[in-house]
Amino acid sequence: MSDGVVPNASVADMHDRRLLMDRSVSGRRAIEMPAADVPLAEMPSDDLLRDADDLQLPEVSQLDVIRYFTLLSRLNFSIDTNFYPLGSCTMKYNPKLNDQVASLGGFANIHPLQTDESVQGALEVMFELQQWLGEATALPGVGLAPLAGAQGEYAGLLIARAALEMRGESHRKVALIPDSAHGTNPASAAMAGLDVVTVKTDEFGNVDVEDLRAKADENACVFMLTIPSTLGLFEPNIIEINNIIHDAGGLVYADGANLNALLGLVKLGDLGVDICHSNLHKTFSTPHGGGGPGAGPVMVTEELASFLPEPIVVKSDTTRHSGSTTRHSGESRNPEGPGQSDIPTPSPSQGEIKRGSYHLTRPDNSIGKINGFHGSFSILVRAYTYMQSLGGDGLRAVSENALINANYIQARLRDRFDLAVDRLCMHETVLSGKRQADRGVPALSIAKRLLDYGIHAPTMYFPLIVPEALMVEPTETESKETLDRFVAVMQAIDDEIDSDPDSVNHAPHTLPNTRLDEATAARRPVLRWSSNGD
Amino acid sequence: MTSNADSPHPFIPNTASERAQMLATIGVDDFDALITDIPEQHRNSSLRLPNAASELEVATRMQALAALNQDAGTRPSFLGAGAYHHFIPSTVGAILQRGEFVTSYTPYQPEAAQGVLQSGFEFQSAVAQIFGMEVANAGMYDGPTAFAEAGLMAARVSRRNRILILDTADKRLFEVAEAYARYQQVEIEAISRESVLNGDVPDDAACIAFQSPNFLGRIEDVKALTDAAHAAGALSVMHTYPTALGMFKSPGEFGVDIATGEGQPLGVPLTFGGAYVGLFTTKQRFIRQLPGRIIGRTTDTLGRTGYTLTLQTREQHIRRERATSNICTSTQLIGLMVAVYCATMGPNGLRKVAELSYHKAHYLANAIDALPGWSVIGGGGTFFNEFAVECPIAPVEVSRRLADRGITGGLPVTIPPDFGGNTRGASEGMLLCVTEMNSRQGIDRLVNALSDIGNGGAA
Repeated sequence: MSDGVVPNASVADMHDRRLLMDRSVSGRRAIEMPAADVPLAEMPSDDLLRDADDLQLPEVSQLDVIRYFTLLSRLNFSIDTNFYPLGSCTMKYNPKLNDQVASLGGFANIHPLQTDESVQGALEVMFELQQWLGEATALPGVGLAPLAGAQGEYAGLLIARAALEMRGESHRKVALIPDSAHGTNPASAAMAGLDVVTVKTDEFGNVDVEDLRAKADENACVFMLTIPSTLGLFEPNIIEINNIIHDAGGLVYADGANLNALLGLVKLGDLGVDICHSNLHKTFSTPHGGGGPGAGPVMVTEELASFLPEPIVVKSDTTRHSGSTTRHSGESRNPEGPGQSDIPTPSPSQGEIKRGSYHLTRPDNSIGKINGFHGSFSILVRAYTYMQSLGGDGLRAVSENALINANYIQARLRDRFDLAVDRLCMHETVLSGKRQADRGVPALSIAKRLLDYGIHAPTMYFPLIVPEALMVEPTETESKETLDRFVAVMQAIDDEIDSDPDSVNHAPHTLPNTRLDEATAARRPVLRWSSNGD
Repeated sequence: MTSNADSPHPFIPNTASERAQMLATIGVDDFDALITDIPEQHRNSSLRLPNAASELEVATRMQALAALNQDAGTRPSFLGAGAYHHFIPSTVGAILQRGEFVTSYTPYQPEAAQGVLQSGFEFQSAVAQIFGMEVANAGMYDGPTAFAEAGLMAARVSRRNRILILDTADKRLFEVAEAYARYQQVEIEAISRESVLNGDVPDDAACIAFQSPNFLGRIEDVKALTDAAHAAGALSVMHTYPTALGMFKSPGEFGVDIATGEGQPLGVPLTFGGAYVGLFTTKQRFIRQLPGRIIGRTTDTLGRTGYTLTLQTREQHIRRERATSNICTSTQLIGLMVAVYCATMGPNGLRKVAELSYHKAHYLANAIDALPGWSVIGGGGTFFNEFAVECPIAPVEVSRRLADRGITGGLPVTIPPDFGGNTRGASEGMLLCVTEMNSRQGIDRLVNALSDIGNGGAA
């Protein structure tokens, strides 16, 4: 019972799941606003004004607000509390400094339409992040506007289409996409008006080169390759593949969701990739926030840079407005930032440029604006802070240890679980729960049972081409002890399949809810609070 | 000093001996054996980036960069136009400190994400209430992308392909809608208010989409526009500023079919334009055409209430190229800020914020209108907290001179020839915005500065 008296504080807490409106008491309030300090104006006519009782929001005390949302936070798994071996999602530690920096008044309280002169610090952050992402991928044209990976994909595809149209090849309307791809790839391609043609994966987990060759014809616009693939494998034929696409007159788009595997090990641009995006909330460790906000900058070759979404930040070699508005030129700034002395910043004319000369601009052939302002700035700040903390060597260490950790788990679990492909992996390993399914426990139940052990479920049933897939990405921020415990738990669950399969099939048992009835949720949707309780 | 035996970085725990043990377990001699699939000529390409820096060094540098920006928290600011400087109660920041929210994942495992899901349900409930609409989704990227997706949804619902946007809407809304619709076999066109109200709406119009308050701050005749859309068999799509709904009638009251808004004014700092959250609301009967994530209530196997993502068969991870959108974020954490904001403000707090903004904006408008050489444009119409003024000198120059006086002025804008009382053809003006954050003292400072500038006062 939700409001019964239960002699256990934590249990009573966790089970009082009433919504705020059900805790509302008319006349309570959580905040006091000041009285008007100006004479009151005449109010608009009544036919425009809302009735006082029309707005039904909670009336609760300030303590109620804090206690309620704190309770909700405790009903959650999170990186700060749990291990998330969640393939393709790169759930790694989100350094706290990044959040602290993003909340500084000089970043949090600036308006997107302020003059360039008044936001030089913010523009410097964006400019340097552009340079650094360009360096990490060897794709020097960088647009920070996309608000998430899927928007980065869409921007990348608009760039591909615009570039081909400019070549007079607007008939190219095919997006070639491997059958292992993430669902956003075909969804983004459809939004960009492209017809999706699926390319097969061969028995080794690689792109089926002959299938690709047969399908890459004069209608090919773009090949969308996730690299490493969603099987956690580096495509060994990537150069040949990219040549096939280029020979057919198309462009190569790399989904950078898995860039955490590549930093300092290889650069996508060097391999012939034309366009990629990076999910900053994955590789560059900005928080996932329970489902966003993200950021999905798009990186392109120099040749394609003029098509980037608006805006990009440029650094001019003269101070454009030398007038009185540049009240805060660089003098106040610490010129000895970390490692500044040995940055061969990819900016060609570094050193000759005066500070205070960053500007937002629209690239010449821009695909336009894909969102309201300049991108997820609060996320961009975090990613830039992260990259400074790691530096070039640290970023390489990120990828090295991500690979070691994934291969370690794969090596330790391979006797119990089938591998999707029996090969060394990159940053993630895809297990198949086929043997377990044959014993009556599907991958779903293994995933749910992990929750009882305080470990978040791996990505399940993806990629679609692997039966009973469990995709495990430990990331570099987890210790060997955590990995060993994960292995021990997976072994224990595998044992439970023989000793008590029912218990596994009904997991989880220890969380705020047991399995939820998703079918009814979809058939009879209840999407908001209402006064009659349904 | 670090040695080779230590872990490589505070964020990476593996020590050298652990790495060696792990590589041995993997069955390889060294790390290089793990990356033999990478073409050799491109392997180990070094990153030409600065060296790692300590937390102290990075914090110092970032504080210095932040200090280069002119912070709306430390000077009077009159910029709006889609992003608004409103009061954020302390509860929002306090809850945002909870790592259990900040570092959680998309709730694909609902049993392990009830906090995210229930708070998202609170968000949907609050947004639907404020908009007076039947349902809200769990959030879009930002206001303009929500508006763009609303146009596309209207095309799906109506099976028509012309999205007509009232020409008083923000240019950004057009631009983003155009970028979203570019290859979707729909047309985006501008239409004038007069055409709509005269019934001059093409019969293949999917929707009449408009912004109210419009870009220059005026309240549109939502009922007339909506009725005209319906008369033409089109949907009514409204983009709004949610704070205004603390005192003005909601889109739901006028029969609007899809209403969108920028969630930022509800508890989210300006942060140079992002991350924000798009608000997306509609009628129950259209829910299967909604873009984005939706959270629904259900029960668990023991009959207890719980929450889960629902109606997922619309989405990209199930439907792939046939999804209603490629979006797979709900900007959940920003939605949480909105949910905490709404819970804290309550109905009276939200109304008070709206009324304070209204009264202070009118106080400023009256004061400016009384200045020689300055005039508020469109005097007859109703505005909420934004209005355009004609200036005696170029608005960009006004902005510059205000900056010299420590004031962030309004946005220089072009005022169309037929706007309100403007009878002198297209002209340049300044769009000013006032919220509860602007004190009378700050407003008076602006008025004095404008008076001085109008009288030829230089820097």
